[in-house]
Amino acid sequence: MHPTEPKLVTAYGDREGDGMVQMSFVLPLPPSAKAREGAKRFAEAHGLTEPLVTTMEEAAAGYTYFVVYGRSSHSIDISRLEVSELETHTLTHDEIEERVAKRLGRRIVVVGACTGSDAHTVGIDAVLNYKGYAGDKGLESYKCFEAHNLGAQVENVELAARACALKADAILVSQVVTQRNCHKDNANALVELLRAQNHRDKVLLLLGGPRIDHKLALELGFDAGFGPGTKPSDVANFLVQRLCGEETASGRPLAPSKG
Amino acid sequence: MAKVPVDARVVDSCREIAANIADDVQRFIEGHTTVGVERTTARAYGVEGLDDQGAPLVNVLVDRCHAQGLLSHGIALFLGGALANGAPSVNDAAERLAYGRDWGPLPSDTAGAKKALVAHTRDAILRIDAARDQREATKAKFPAARTPLKYVIVATGNIYDDALQAKAAGFAGADIVAVIRATAQSLLDFVPHGPTTEGFGGTFATQENFRIVRRALDEASAAYGRYIYQTNYSSGLCMAEIAWMAAVERLDMLLNDAMYGILFRDINMCRTFVDQYVSRRIVARSGIIINTGEDNYLTTADAVEKAHTVLTSQFINEAFAKRAGLAEEQMGLGHAYEINPRIEDSFLLEIAQAQLIRQIFDRHPLKWMPPTKHKTGDIFQSHVHDAMFNLVGVATGQSIELLGMFSEAIHNPLLMDRYLSLKSAEYIFNTARHLGDEIEWKRGGIVETRARQVLSEAHDLLREVERESIWEAVAKGAFADVKRKRDGGKGFAGVVAKGPTYLNPFVDALEKGKG
Repeated sequence: MHPTEPKLVTAYGDREGDGMVQMSFVLPLPPSAKAREGAKRFAEAHGLTEPLVTTMEEAAAGYTYFVVYGRSSHSIDISRLEVSELETHTLTHDEIEERVAKRLGRRIVVVGACTGSDAHTVGIDAVLNYKGYAGDKGLESYKCFEAHNLGAQVENVELAARACALKADAILVSQVVTQRNCHKDNANALVELLRAQNHRDKVLLLLGGPRIDHKLALELGFDAGFGPGTKPSDVANFLVQRLCGEETASGRPLAPSKG
Repeated sequence: MAKVPVDARVVDSCREIAANIADDVQRFIEGHTTVGVERTTARAYGVEGLDDQGAPLVNVLVDRCHAQGLLSHGIALFLGGALANGAPSVNDAAERLAYGRDWGPLPSDTAGAKKALVAHTRDAILRIDAARDQREATKAKFPAARTPLKYVIVATGNIYDDALQAKAAGFAGADIVAVIRATAQSLLDFVPHGPTTEGFGGTFATQENFRIVRRALDEASAAYGRYIYQTNYSSGLCMAEIAWMAAVERLDMLLNDAMYGILFRDINMCRTFVDQYVSRRIVARSGIIINTGEDNYLTTADAVEKAHTVLTSQFINEAFAKRAGLAEEQMGLGHAYEINPRIEDSFLLEIAQAQLIRQIFDRHPLKWMPPTKHKTGDIFQSHVHDAMFNLVGVATGQSIELLGMFSEAIHNPLLMDRYLSLKSAEYIFNTARHLGDEIEWKRGGIVETRARQVLSEAHDLLREVERESIWEAVAKGAFADVKRKRDGGKGFAGVVAKGPTYLNPFVDALEKGKG
């Protein structure tokens, strides 16, 4: 491997390298000349040079809202970054059906739920239910998937038990509403539970939600993470690729065939 | 006035059909009670407190009665019986029943039990009336707010932070503040007790939390010269208990829907129908305004194809509300701006529906809900999306408008998010105040055509629901594309057929109405 050339980037306003950034925030102060100076210093402390406080308004008694523009003094060497991006091969609906029929010869069993206290099923419904989202049909619409949507507020223990009973190939966990990072703890608890039950290796674990990305999902012990904007077909493609894709021929074990 | 053509005969027919649908369910409601209704009755009689494990006394009491298979008599019979046998107070009677060595025999002297409850029933109704009078008196001190009323949500998980944020929202111009509930609460079969400082996705609804926020909003009302309404949620497995707490703690509005729990929380149908009835009886007496949840339909089903399901459900919610004694002025029927914004002329489809509903439900304080489903993390685009929603709200004369937040798809609103949302709504409401009065829609144009179509489809769906009964229609996914079975869902075990001697003077008094 050749060493990569460093590539420094900074924010772009209207000229290369101008570093233009706007930020907005609230300070717990009533508006005043001193508060304005405070906002300016706050922006400077974030690395903005020549910050311009363009708005200062009292948003609540004793709280002031600011908009600030400034030039960032920071730059990033993009060549040194390592990011795990989930790359799915895009097969059409028909290609997916054909691939699973030919290579797997049975349906892929998927169990999904919003776990813990989360009652927001918008994401899991969009991925699993027939209707799908914005014209992209959900997994229920595929012949090759057997999709079980357990709905909201499902406990990890129940989800694991159902997945086991249904001999699921994959578990989809949706975490939408969260506070103080409970989505992370809850997701990780499922991984630990499956490990304790010696079931973790027998199932693909997918995590989805507005605060989820692939990297975070991997860190939490999942096989893949799906963030905002995920379409049902992205999930379908990922499952097909993992369970009967090209890479299954090169070492990754096929999911055990089931009667 | 930007009116759309509304065929009065079709509307009348829709109301007639909805009445038939509700009557069918009402027969079931009248023959049944639930653990939730019985707990509410116990609370109304003054049963309060917790056991050493933290379980509310009303739960221990009612669960024990239910476990003996005696709930078909009504908890009032046993409380009244214990009073007639010398218990010094209702709470003492409840403790004897809940914690005594055994439950004891069925009171033989029903008339005595009834008589022992007369004063307590009167006190319970007086508590509701006193809170209502106090609300009216406080409101009368301030000028009436202009509609659409600006409604915002606070949801920190900590009631003391909520109180601060509620005041901040008042400062920034909010007319209504809702403390959103912790997401798991709708499925709890008890109401938590005391002030709470931890909750995910929101803050627990407890009677003490209601008091804390009421106090903060009373202070904010006085400080800013504007009455600020308090809202919470009478939904889930404890709808009726929460309605009672809200009524006596002087809340102004409650989220309360005849079918929401069934569809979106998978709470059993029988349970929900009975619970919503008693909760609404309390609400009717207390003068609280309900907010129904039809907006939610469009978050799971398509807002163009399924627009008529919202109107259908509004007719049904109205029919149920009437049967519980609510005045039209208390029925904040819900609807929403949820059409995919990338659809050409979607703004016209939104305005058509909003105007149609305004005209059909002309006395109702309609609740207009912002876009959520098609929001993304692009806060700037999202702010524009909300602006279009605000424009429809003011042009069609909506009554209560839950303001959209540009950070909708990201997190619970921050102080700044709410401030900017209120600032934008104020600008749009003011700048387009009489827009609706100035517009006439083109004959046979997109708006008129859409309004006719939605009403006609709603009429068809109502007929279908009537033919099948609502039990079957819900089982088939007629609303929100969600399917629920009559005996499925949570809380079914808490539904009990009333026996011939069933006693509940509290609900009887509510049914008799005022005076």
